Amino acid sequence: MKRVFAYLKPYYPRMALGLFIKILGTFMDLGLPWVLAYILDDVIPKKSVSLILWWGAGMLLLSVGARTLNIVANRMASKVARDATETLRHDLFQKILSLSGRQLNYFTIPSLESRMTSDTYNIHHMIGMMQRIGVRAPIILIGGIIITSTLEPVLTLILIGVFPFMALIVYLVSKKGIPLYTNLQETVDKMVRVVRENITGVRVIKALSKNEYEKGRFSSVNKEVVDKELKAGTLMAVTNPAMNFLLNMGLTLVVIVGAFRVNSGSSEPGKIVAFLSYFMIMLHAVMAITRIFIGVSKASASAKRIAEVLDTEEDLKEIPFEPKNSDYHIEFDNVCFSYTHEPFITDISFGIKKGESLGIIGSTGSGKTTLVHLLMRFYDVDKGSIRINGVDIRSIDKQKLRGMFGVAFQNDVLFAESIYENINLGRGLTKEDVLIATEDAQAASFILNKDDKLNHKLTIKGSNLSGGQKQRLLIARALAGKPEILILDDSSSALDYKTDAQLRKSIRNNYKGTTSIIIAQRISSVMKLDKILVLEEGHMVGYGTHEELLKTCSVYQEIYQSQFGQLEGVL
Amino acid sequence: MATNPQGGGPKISDKTDKPKDTGYVLKGLWKYVSHYKVHLIAAIILTLCSNLLALVGPMLSGYAIDAIQPGKGLVVFQTVLYYAGWMIAFYIVSSVLSYILSVLMIRFSQKIIHKMREDLFSKLVELPVSFFDRNQAGDIISKFSYDIDTINTSLSSDFIQVCTSFITVFGSLIMMIIISPILVLVMLVTIPLSLFYTRYMAKKVRPLFRTRSKKLGELNGFVEEMVSGQMTIKAYAAENSVMEKFGRINKETVDAYFEAEYYGSMTGPTVNFINNLSLSLITVLGAVLYLFGKMTLGNISSFVQYSRKFSGPINEMANIISELQSAMAAAERVFKLMDEIPELPDKENANELSEVKGEVKMEGVSFGYIPDKEIIKNLFLYARPGCLTAIVGPTGAGKTTIINLLMRFYDIWGGAIWVDGNEIRDVTRKSLRRSYAMVLQDTWLFSGTIFDNIAYGKENATMDEVVAAAKAAGIHSYIKRLPQGYYTVINEDGMNISKGQKQLLTIARAMLMDAKMLILDEATSNVDTRTEIKIQKAMRKLMENKTCFVIAHRLSTIQGADNILVVDQGDVVEQGTHKELMEKKGFYYKLYNSQFE
Repeated sequence: MKRVFAYLKPYYPRMALGLFIKILGTFMDLGLPWVLAYILDDVIPKKSVSLILWWGAGMLLLSVGARTLNIVANRMASKVARDATETLRHDLFQKILSLSGRQLNYFTIPSLESRMTSDTYNIHHMIGMMQRIGVRAPIILIGGIIITSTLEPVLTLILIGVFPFMALIVYLVSKKGIPLYTNLQETVDKMVRVVRENITGVRVIKALSKNEYEKGRFSSVNKEVVDKELKAGTLMAVTNPAMNFLLNMGLTLVVIVGAFRVNSGSSEPGKIVAFLSYFMIMLHAVMAITRIFIGVSKASASAKRIAEVLDTEEDLKEIPFEPKNSDYHIEFDNVCFSYTHEPFITDISFGIKKGESLGIIGSTGSGKTTLVHLLMRFYDVDKGSIRINGVDIRSIDKQKLRGMFGVAFQNDVLFAESIYENINLGRGLTKEDVLIATEDAQAASFILNKDDKLNHKLTIKGSNLSGGQKQRLLIARALAGKPEILILDDSSSALDYKTDAQLRKSIRNNYKGTTSIIIAQRISSVMKLDKILVLEEGHMVGYGTHEELLKTCSVYQEIYQSQFGQLEGVL
Repeated sequence: MATNPQGGGPKISDKTDKPKDTGYVLKGLWKYVSHYKVHLIAAIILTLCSNLLALVGPMLSGYAIDAIQPGKGLVVFQTVLYYAGWMIAFYIVSSVLSYILSVLMIRFSQKIIHKMREDLFSKLVELPVSFFDRNQAGDIISKFSYDIDTINTSLSSDFIQVCTSFITVFGSLIMMIIISPILVLVMLVTIPLSLFYTRYMAKKVRPLFRTRSKKLGELNGFVEEMVSGQMTIKAYAAENSVMEKFGRINKETVDAYFEAEYYGSMTGPTVNFINNLSLSLITVLGAVLYLFGKMTLGNISSFVQYSRKFSGPINEMANIISELQSAMAAAERVFKLMDEIPELPDKENANELSEVKGEVKMEGVSFGYIPDKEIIKNLFLYARPGCLTAIVGPTGAGKTTIINLLMRFYDIWGGAIWVDGNEIRDVTRKSLRRSYAMVLQDTWLFSGTIFDNIAYGKENATMDEVVAAAKAAGIHSYIKRLPQGYYTVINEDGMNISKGQKQLLTIARAMLMDAKMLILDEATSNVDTRTEIKIQKAMRKLMENKTCFVIAHRLSTIQGADNILVVDQGDVVEQGTHKELMEKKGFYYKLYNSQFE
C-alpha cells in the first residue's frame, strides 16, 4: 500500500485543499440538526413565525452550500485519482518493459497483464473512493462530536462511548474476514483452472469419455468455493446488524440520559431531537464504511501486487569491462548459463567474423534460442563472457546493444497495426526501406496484392495472415533496419522449401556486411552457411562447415539421416 | 443513475445492457429459486418482521421525547423509561432478525449458485467439440466466474434490498401520515425532485460509463498485446514509441473514467441535499405547527427520522435497478449456455463396441463445418486391422477433419463410417472413442499428479500398470528423478516440464489404454527430429498391432505407410502408397520434392 500511496505525494496540496473543502461541506451538513435544535428550543418560545422562516432559510442555505462544496471536493478527488493512476500505470508499464527475461519468467506474462489492468483499476477506484466516501465517515464522526459537544457535552459522551465498540467490530471482522476472502479467491482460481482445462482438453476428455470424472472434479472444487464463500459471507453479515444495534442503543441511551438532564434543567428536549438526527446521519456514514471495506481490502491486495513489480530491481545493469582486441565480430567465451539450478548452457566458445553466417542446430530444449537471448542480453551469463567487436555486451548500453540487431524470434508477435508499422516498429524507417525489406523477405508479392499495400491493417496477432505470410513479415522486420547482426530463430519453418531457398539467396546477396545467425530445424536451411554450431543439452558437440560436420559430428549425422536418409519403417 | 459510481468494480467489457428476453431469464431463474421455496418464504417473513420492527423505533422515541417536558422536574420518568425499554427490545430483535436474514439469504443464494454452476458444468462436458471450436475459452470461463458472481450478488442482496425498500417506503409513509398529514406535503417537493434528478443522471451518465468501459477494454487489449510482445519490443528498442502510444491510451482511459465520475460524484452530495432540504422544510413547517400546538416535539422528532428512512430507498432504487439489470443480463448469458444443443444422444439400441479388431471403412463420406460448405466430398477409405494410414498435406489443409470424423467429434453429412462392420452411429460414443488411443500435437495435461495424468485413460489403473506404461514410453527414469516421483504435481499448463517430456507422458497415457486403434495427430511435431528418433522406440511399441492413423508434417516419416491420404483445402485429393503417389507425379510428388530443393 505504501508504495502505491507514494504516488499521491505530489497531490498532497490538492488533496489537503479538497479535504478542507470536504470538511467545510460536511460541517454544513452537520449544521442542520444544530439549527433544528435551536429552532425547537430557542426560536419557538419567541413565538415568531417570521423568525422561524428566517432560520429555515438559513437551513436551506446550509443545504445548498453543503451540496456545492461536496461536489467540488469530489471532483477534485476524482482528478487526483485520475492523475495519480495515470502516473502509476505509466511507471508500471515502463517497469514491465524493462524487466529481464528471468524476471518475466518469475512474474509470468498473464500475471503481469492482470497487474497492469485489473489491479490498476482497483487502485484507481480506491483512490477516488477513499477521498470521496472514505474521509466523509470520519469527518462526520469527529465533526458530529465537535458540534454536539457545543450543544450538550454530556450526551456527546454517549456518542463517544459507542465508537470503541464500533471500531472493535470493524477490526475483528476485517482481521478475520480479509484472509477468508483471500482464501476464497484462491479457490475460485482453482475452479477456473478446472473449467479452463476442460475447454482446452475437450478432445482428450471426450476421446476417453471422462465426462463423469471431470464432473466429479468440478463438483468438489465447486463445493469448496461455496463453503468458503458461506463462511466469509456469514462473518461479513455481522457488520451491519451489529453497527445498527450499537447506534440504536446509543440513541436509546441519549433519550434516557437526556431525560435526566432535562429534568435537572441542564438541557432542552430539542437538543435530544437534534441528537437523534445526528445518530441517523452517523448510521448512514458508518454503513458507507462497511461498503468501502471490501473495496479497500481488494485494492490493498492489488497494491501489493503492483508494488512487487515496481520494487523489482533492474537486474541487467551496465557493468564496466575492459575491451579486448579481437578479430571476431561476435565472440562467445566459455559461456555458462542456467535458468534454475541445473546448468542449461555449458562452456560455449566460438567466434564469427563480420559478414559471416552461423547456423545453430540441435534438439528441442538443447539451448539454441537461449544462446540468442544471451547474445541480446535478455539474460546475463553465469560465467564467461559474450563480446561484440571485443566489447563485453554487459558494458554496452542496452538500447544501443539491441539496436545492432535485426531479429525474428520463434513465434514472434505481430501487432494490430499496419504492415508498415509492424515492420517499422517505431524506428522511423522510410517506406522505400520497408518495401525493399519485404522484397528480400519474399513478402512483397502478397503485400502488393492487398488493396492498401503497406497500409494494410493486421488484426490482433496477425490472425488475418497465414503462417507463412506471418513469418515473411517478421523476417522483413528483421531485415528492414539493415542490421549489423541478423538473427532468424526458426523463422522460416512455415515456408515451403522453394521460398526458403530464395530467401536465403537474397540474404546472401543483399546483406553482405551483415553477420547472421540462423537457428533452424532443417539442415537444408543451414548447410550453406559459413559455420554451423551443433548443440546437445547445452553443450557444443560440433562446430564447423556442413562437410566437416558430416564427417566428424555424430549428432549432426543423425540429424542429417533423420531428414534426408531413407529411414526404414515408419516415423 | 446508470451505474453505481461509488460501489462496484469497473465493468471491463460492456456487457451490462438490458437482457433481451426478460421472460426467458425469469423463467430460468424461477426454476432454481423454486427449489428453495421454503428459504424464500422464510426470508420474506423475516424481512417483513425486521423492517416493521425497525419502523416502530422512531415512533417509540417520539413518545419518549413527549414525556420529556422542558423545565426542571417536569419529566415523566416512568413513561420515558417505559418507551426506552421497548426501544431496546425492538432494536435487539430487529438486529438479530436482520442478521439471521442475511445468513439465510447467503445460504439461499449459495445453494442456487452451487446448483447453477454444477448444471452449467454438466452441460459443458456434454457439448460437442464444435462448440469449443466456435467459442473462446475466456468467454466460457467468464460465465463461470463473472456472470455467476453477478447473479450471486444480486440474489443475496438486491432481492432483500427491494423488499426492504418497499416495506420501508410504505411503512414510513404510513407512519408519517399518521403523525401529520400536513407535513407529508413536504414530500410533494422532495419526491419529484429525486425522481427528476435520477432520470437526469441516468441519461447523462449512462453513455459516459459506456465510454469508460470501452476505453478500459482498449487499454486491456493494448497491454495484452504489448506485454506478450515485450521481447520483440526490446529487441527493436521500440520502448519509447510503445510508451508514447501507451501514454495516449492511458490518458484516454483515465479521462473517460474521470468524465464518468465528474457527473457520478454529484450523486452523493445531491442525495444529501434532498435529505437536507426535506429536513429544513420539515423543521420550518413542524416548528410552525408546534407553535400553534398542532404537533408535539416528539412528533417532529419521529417525523424527521421517518423522512430520512423514507428517502433512503428511493435514492437507492436507481442503483438497485441497474444492478438487477446487469444480473439479468448475466443470467441470460448463463442460461444461453445451458440451452446449447448437446451432442446427440446415442441411438436407443446402440451397441457397445467390444473386442475391436480394428477394421475401419469410410464409404462415400461427405462433410463440412459450415452448412452449405461441403469440404469433404465422397471419400472412400479402407484400413485393415494393424495397418497404417498416413494423412499428409500443407498446414491448414484440414488433416484433423478426418480424425474429427473417425472419433465422431463431428457427425458426417452423408455416407457411412464402419468399425469392424458396425456403423459408428449405431454404437455408443463412449465405446467407439475408447477403442482409439490418441496422442495429439497439443499435449494436454491437467493440474494433478503425474500418476493421475498417465492413469487418466484407464479407470482404476494400478501403480504397477502406470509404471509399466511409463517405462514403455521411456519416461520412467525421468519421473523417478523428480522430487515426488509419480506424485509430482504438474502445475498449470505443465510449466515445470519440457515439451518433449509432456509428449512422452501423453504417449504413456495412450500406452496404458491398450486400444486396438491409434491416432497420432502431429504427435511429434513439438519435438525435433533427434528427440523424435529417441522416442521412436516408444512410438513403435505403441503402434504395434494397432490400426494407426498418423498425421505428419514431415514426409520422411511416413513413407512406409500402407496408405497415404493427401489432403488439400479440406478435401482428400490423392490416396495410395508412397510409391504409387510418386509415380502419379501429382500433388504428393510436388510436396515431396519441394523439401529437397
